[in-house]
Amino acid sequence: MKYIKYLFLGVLFGIILTKSEVVSWYRIYEMFRFQSFHMYGVIGSAVIVGTLLVQIIKRTKMRSIAGTPIFIAPKEPGFVRYLAGGTIFGMGWAMTGACPGPLFILVGNGVVVMLVVIASAVLGTFVYGLVRHRLPH
Amino acid sequence: MFELLEFVRQPWPWYVAGPLIALIMFALIWFGERFGLSSNLRTICSMLGAGKYADFFRFNWRADIWNIVFIAGALLGGALAHLFLSPDIPMSLSPATVTELQSLGVEEPGEYMVPTSVFSWESLLTLRGILMLVVGGFLIGFGTRYAGGCTSGHAISGLSNLQIPSLVAVVGFFIGGLLITYFVLPYLLLV
Repeated sequence: MKYIKYLFLGVLFGIILTKSEVVSWYRIYEMFRFQSFHMYGVIGSAVIVGTLLVQIIKRTKMRSIAGTPIFIAPKEPGFVRYLAGGTIFGMGWAMTGACPGPLFILVGNGVVVMLVVIASAVLGTFVYGLVRHRLPH
Repeated sequence: MFELLEFVRQPWPWYVAGPLIALIMFALIWFGERFGLSSNLRTICSMLGAGKYADFFRFNWRADIWNIVFIAGALLGGALAHLFLSPDIPMSLSPATVTELQSLGVEEPGEYMVPTSVFSWESLLTLRGILMLVVGGFLIGFGTRYAGGCTSGHAISGLSNLQIPSLVAVVGFFIGGLLITYFVLPYLLLV
């Protein structure tokens, strides 16, 4: 039962990303061709509101639903992994028109062939886990 | 009630979607977790027994089940929106995009959420389909774990927390995305 709230949030997330067409390959193509403001508006306004909310959490020392102090882990320092990994992900994002969330949301939208993309992504993560010691981070 | 449903059924503008996504992030943090979807791919590897092959997958994945439930909910939400909240009208894409994609052989851009000629089972038998779906998916899985996050973990959560590494990752997202969109997709779509 403790998972119900995550299911509920996930359902909302799936509806939001479907209704705003963020899951559409065309919207990602438009974004990378700078032909529409839509995706920049979605991500930009999410970051602006998100920044405000994170500041509120930190400045009011807000506690979690369980009453524990909230700690937002900073990203590990580094450069190469973020630039190289980010570039590799960006290539996949442009090809499939989907990032990890939309991969699943598209299956729900009836694009069942996305299951193959998900399987491939799981394999990609697995291969990263095998070779990560040999990669610069 | 009917009018409200009709209102919700329209495509949602960016200024509705963006703040709502931020609220999803906020709720997950309030629940004591974080907003990041690509880590589910690692969790799935561990659930499937990848820990036998690499220590990267030997972690307490049971602590991340909440995120698998979240993404299962997202799939369900996609289905609900598709079945009950979708108007039968094409997307309103930018005219430049529509003309350009038509010249690249994409039929009826925006008629459906994805170009059906690429996103179909038959397409998997073509070079284009293998590259865009199978290789594309692999790059998503490899790249997100290498970078330690995707659009949710870096572009939204990381930037909202003013993290420089996330800014570097987002620059990377665009380097990769622009390379493919400008130099690969025009040829791939015409195949």
